[in-house]
Amino acid sequence: MSPQRHRLAAGGRIDRSRPLNFTFNGRRFEGYAGDTLASALIANGVTPVARSFKYHRPRGIVGAGAEEPNAIVQLETGARTQPNQRATRVELYDGLTAASVNCWPSVNFDLGAVNNLLKRLLPAGFYYKTFMWPPGFWMRYEYFIRRAAGLGKAPAAPDPDRYDKMHCHADVLVVGGGPSGLAAALAAGRTGARVILADGQNEFGGALLDGGAEIDGGPALDWVAAAVAELEAMAEVRLLPRATVAGYYDHNYLTIVERVTDHLGAAAPANLPRQRLWKVRAGQVVLATGSVERPLVFADNDRPGIMLASAAATYVNRYAAKPGSRAVVFTNNDSAYRVALDLAEAGIEVAAVVDPRPEPEGPLPARTRARGIEVLGGQAVVAAHGGGRVAAVEVMGLDQAGGGVIGESRRVRCDLVCVSGGWNPTVHLFSQSGGRLRYDDALAGFVPDRSAQAERSVGAAAGTFALADCLARGFEAGLEAAAEAGFRRKGRSRRAPKAPAQEEAPLRPFWVVPSTVARGRGTKHFIDLQNDVTVADVALAVREGYRSAEHLKRYTTMGMGTDQGKIGNVTGLAVLSELVDADIPSVGTTTFRPPYTPVGFGLLAGREVGALADPVRKTAIHRWHEDRGAAFEDVGQWKRPWYFPRAGESMHDAVNRECLAVRNSVGVMDASTLGKIDIQGPDALRLLNWVYTNAWDNLKIGRCRYGLMLGEDGMVMDDGVTTRLAEHHYLMTTTTGGAAGVLAWLEMWLQTEWLDLKVHLTSVTEHWATVAVAGPRARELLSALTSDIDLSAKAFPFMSMRAGTVAGVPARVFRISFTGELSFEINVPASYGMAVWNAVMMAGEKYGVTPFGTEAMHILRAEKGYIIVGDETDGTTTPGDVGMDWIVSKKKPDFIGKRSLSRPDTAREGRKQLVGLLTQDPKEVLPEGGQIVAEPEKKPPMKMIGHVTSSYWSASLGRSIALALVYGGHKRHGETVHVPLIGKTVSAVVSEPRFYDPEGVRLRG
Amino acid sequence: MKKYSIFSLVRNAVSYHERWSEAWRSPEPKGAYEVVIVGGGGHGLATAYYLAKEHGITNVAVVEKGWLGLGNTGRNTTIIRSNYLWDESAHLYEKSLQLYEGLSQELNFNIMLSQRGCLNLAHNQHDLRQLSRRVNAIRLNGIDSEILTAGQIKALVPILNCSPTARYPVLGGSLQRRGGTARHDAVAWAFARAADARGVDIIQNCEVTGIRRDGGRVTGVETTKGLIKAGKVGVVVAGHASVLAEMVGLRLPIESHPLQALVSEPIKPVLDTVVMSAAVHVYLSQSDKGELVLGAGIDSYNSYAQRGSLPIIEHMLAACVDLFPIVSRLRMLRQWAGIVDVCPDASPIVGKTPVEGFYVNFGWGTGGFKATPGSGWVFAYTIAQDRPHPLNEPFSLERFHTGYLVDEHGAAGVAH
Repeated sequence: MSPQRHRLAAGGRIDRSRPLNFTFNGRRFEGYAGDTLASALIANGVTPVARSFKYHRPRGIVGAGAEEPNAIVQLETGARTQPNQRATRVELYDGLTAASVNCWPSVNFDLGAVNNLLKRLLPAGFYYKTFMWPPGFWMRYEYFIRRAAGLGKAPAAPDPDRYDKMHCHADVLVVGGGPSGLAAALAAGRTGARVILADGQNEFGGALLDGGAEIDGGPALDWVAAAVAELEAMAEVRLLPRATVAGYYDHNYLTIVERVTDHLGAAAPANLPRQRLWKVRAGQVVLATGSVERPLVFADNDRPGIMLASAAATYVNRYAAKPGSRAVVFTNNDSAYRVALDLAEAGIEVAAVVDPRPEPEGPLPARTRARGIEVLGGQAVVAAHGGGRVAAVEVMGLDQAGGGVIGESRRVRCDLVCVSGGWNPTVHLFSQSGGRLRYDDALAGFVPDRSAQAERSVGAAAGTFALADCLARGFEAGLEAAAEAGFRRKGRSRRAPKAPAQEEAPLRPFWVVPSTVARGRGTKHFIDLQNDVTVADVALAVREGYRSAEHLKRYTTMGMGTDQGKIGNVTGLAVLSELVDADIPSVGTTTFRPPYTPVGFGLLAGREVGALADPVRKTAIHRWHEDRGAAFEDVGQWKRPWYFPRAGESMHDAVNRECLAVRNSVGVMDASTLGKIDIQGPDALRLLNWVYTNAWDNLKIGRCRYGLMLGEDGMVMDDGVTTRLAEHHYLMTTTTGGAAGVLAWLEMWLQTEWLDLKVHLTSVTEHWATVAVAGPRARELLSALTSDIDLSAKAFPFMSMRAGTVAGVPARVFRISFTGELSFEINVPASYGMAVWNAVMMAGEKYGVTPFGTEAMHILRAEKGYIIVGDETDGTTTPGDVGMDWIVSKKKPDFIGKRSLSRPDTAREGRKQLVGLLTQDPKEVLPEGGQIVAEPEKKPPMKMIGHVTSSYWSASLGRSIALALVYGGHKRHGETVHVPLIGKTVSAVVSEPRFYDPEGVRLRG
Repeated sequence: MKKYSIFSLVRNAVSYHERWSEAWRSPEPKGAYEVVIVGGGGHGLATAYYLAKEHGITNVAVVEKGWLGLGNTGRNTTIIRSNYLWDESAHLYEKSLQLYEGLSQELNFNIMLSQRGCLNLAHNQHDLRQLSRRVNAIRLNGIDSEILTAGQIKALVPILNCSPTARYPVLGGSLQRRGGTARHDAVAWAFARAADARGVDIIQNCEVTGIRRDGGRVTGVETTKGLIKAGKVGVVVAGHASVLAEMVGLRLPIESHPLQALVSEPIKPVLDTVVMSAAVHVYLSQSDKGELVLGAGIDSYNSYAQRGSLPIIEHMLAACVDLFPIVSRLRMLRQWAGIVDVCPDASPIVGKTPVEGFYVNFGWGTGGFKATPGSGWVFAYTIAQDRPHPLNEPFSLERFHTGYLVDEHGAAGVAH
């Protein structure tokens, strides 16, 4: 293991007593607790760490936070591998393993770098102009392009980790735990408001963690510690470190990604989720999201060792890691002078501070000079040299306007270039919230202007950079937000924290450094480092007419990498504005879309995967079916027994046996899943008359009636039997899959259109278990189980209901039938379901009672020609189409769908109508979904006249039967039609869609 | 129009790509045009292109409120297919797919049509029946489609969870091998460039504020750049149909909803096929850049704001992780929404209106991108000939009076 060659001897917020081992690109290194992967790599002098997306140029670490475009790594291996992690955001833990992405065979020698040699041929959008010849070959080129693209690799196995979601309300949500955010949280917390403070880093303090600053007369970090301690002690305050606010949605709804165990590696306790998604509805939001430094763009500004000045300071101060040994600082503002001083303090030689401002004056340049660092005013770094690492820069004078270079070039040897082009307030969340941005000339960046939601931005996020102002404004914003949420400052007022004033000279807006070579000729000026977008690419896009910010982004892919352009976008807009000769604000920004930083799919999915993806609904009798080895089918959320195979039996055998048992003796089916809606109220009858096509006025108590429900378009939507239980009390049944939809449908009408109806609906599907006993011996069977219900045909006619006891259990027994046989449906409270089912099985033993599943039920009803909504109807089927005109009242003034039934096309002759089909070969069973033609052709296309909706082998009839919807079908009885399949065509004769007991003698018996 | 090719690319490389000309001009509007197309999305630009190419009408302006191609054209999940159930839809979308198949060459712009196959999953017996019906119909319409077993699907899409114990097990599926994806922005840019080359004026940042009429006949459009007279006006404005139609007093049977999509961070290839599951509301593919591109179901409320709600995204990703367990540790990079105009039968309205010279093409709902060239082609015909082409005749506005609906909700029914 190599020693940490670039670790400073002292300082930093790392714990030198806790060394940690890690592996990068197969080599073992050591870092300390408190390191990020990036800081540990810097401490070990590892460079380059990555290759770029397109040209595969070697790249080093550029930033120290979420903005990092280059240092993208594959973290860990196996099922827990995680592609595309920013090394700057990965906290080091013992045993960490990481590797560079998108390079082969290694980051130091990458064959993909051939692209860099071909770069002249690969300008922005080159792929739109080529790969078109020969026609149809695109997918062959694409094969290689796809393999070359992409960064990291997806895991090959399912995710072993768990993710949780938390829902909460906050009076004030403070985003960002830097000085402004801490001050805001303190102010709001002291009012007693419920405050959440979320920060993406592992500890609070934000930029203060870099050290150096003073607050309230002492070290800033002491103030941070005191502030955090005070907040922790407040009952209504919740502190969320390692928690990035990712999305800002309507109505102050925000998402926070809390990384619970990511920083623990293998030491993560098994009882904790890997991450939590907090979904916060906030009364008020304070955005203290800070700012991101932006680079200055010069020739070959992508060499490893060229980094943001603030990042260099962070590595030195916070992590005691030396990003280089001889630095050049290149800045257009005062902030990087502080960096130069920090570097010098840490023993890093600062060769020069290069500043495009003609005469950098003020305290910071003065202190820098006093320290013996050369300050080159009115000059710029025009180019960088070096291969795997920057070795030197060229410095030249700038003309007055900054548009050209003057004088001789001076070569300055260095292995670190710290760049600062000013600061971009982090306005992503503000922009997501719908807020309008304003371009600030002094800052040369976008700042929040008009809020769209209950939100305020403070500190650097609002363009306020002086620490004293950040603290004052943050404190004030915390008080304001709390007050607006209804919490006033109470007790003695506490003053805002104070910091000494700082004097800084204004920055000189400066984006792209001119050079002696025309842009785009030979050297590359990178704007988007991850996607390899250069100034020349932007110029090309503009030249070709892609002049809006959105077109530019889409044409060049600028800002579309995993960093979403956090450091490059504003620079890109500045270049665009210069090229189209418009000011930056009129060029505008592209839309900031959620999330701020990428959010895991697994986290957003939460626990709703696997068995919990959707609730599985099981009937009270489910266990019995399982014990008997039933095969199940999914119907909506329900598991329904499909058939009950006996040992050695095929599905076909089992279903035939079940069908014959029902026809010849008695069968029993678990019909509990049918939707049941309890309807009560004086206007229940009016509701039924509105939603069903038939009239309900004369239905007597204790009688049942079948109803068809239509959509507003007149098409069949659902069907079922409704029973009048009492004067104002009905029980409606629906299809299994349609139950929820029908309830929602009825409620929609009641709540939006028929507010005057006095009626209440309750879903009681799961309150009742339904045991359907069907077959010629059903009455005999049931008579053994009940003594208080007269089961005789006279006393208990078809389509009626009797209440009594069955097997000693209070029950409602319905005499209805979906099989065409004498049939009783016993409804008992669900908790009695299993007992009653068992009682039925026992009482039925002597009749050979046979449990049957949905497949047999489907066949039995098809033999009778009963429709199944969704099979014989498809949302384009009217009652008349399925031969049910008889159920459409001609007398009722109105019902849902009535008007549509009279539309010309709905009322016309020759629509697709329900028929039966009898194959010429009675043994041939048509496939369901087969399309029907009148005249088969040799090959498609063929004119279709209908389709097979249901098709079965009928054991009772000893032949196949099918139902079909056929154009003009009602008049086609007796015609032969054809169903062309792959390899053969089956012919069938159109018939009545009733194959068994058409008069209905059996079910009335 | 300067031809794009590897040769022109090499030639321009020599001059550092400084000599490329603009892909389309940005002219100021003339006072009058023979035809004004309102809406500079893919459909509008295609309409203008086919007006010029097929009907010789080049005195055409496309007026666009913002920048071209940034509405639904630039917000969809780029899926192309023609596996529709009803004859009317099948013929229209198939026309579009066939135009797509030659589009890169015809427009001399690589739209990256990638026919990697479009797979629809069935998760229960009811799905299987519907799938079989659909595949049989598509096949008999002369369009490619086939049924795959769960085993064949597993071989085609190895990362798919085909376990029989999955909450929604994959029981089978249908595959249209000619289906796939194309680069959505490129489609808009290619049509814009080709239309411009034939003389069409594309006028961006020009919002239509009113429709001028004289008696029952349209005479022009009022815009933020002044009055533009026109013999005929074609309106192609996804997400804003009702607003434009209201300008001539037309009420539409359209509801506008947000429809959301998202992409993951780019990863190395894991998915070669477009996979769709209507039952669990997810469809995804992997782009050439390596991002997984996912589309969700619509947000049920009406809105013109191009953003949706988080629960839809959570629901979709739960379904996605369940179907593709290896994607759990991938991350959502960007999410966005477009506004879709949905007709009651989930089919578009393309045709004439009661106002003479005023034609409409909208209501493509959640599936307009795949129709882009076909839609432009039939709409150009309709405008040029003042009568619908047989392909779009069924998609008239009158069908909501007659009841001749083309219900493409798919399996609209329910299981018993």
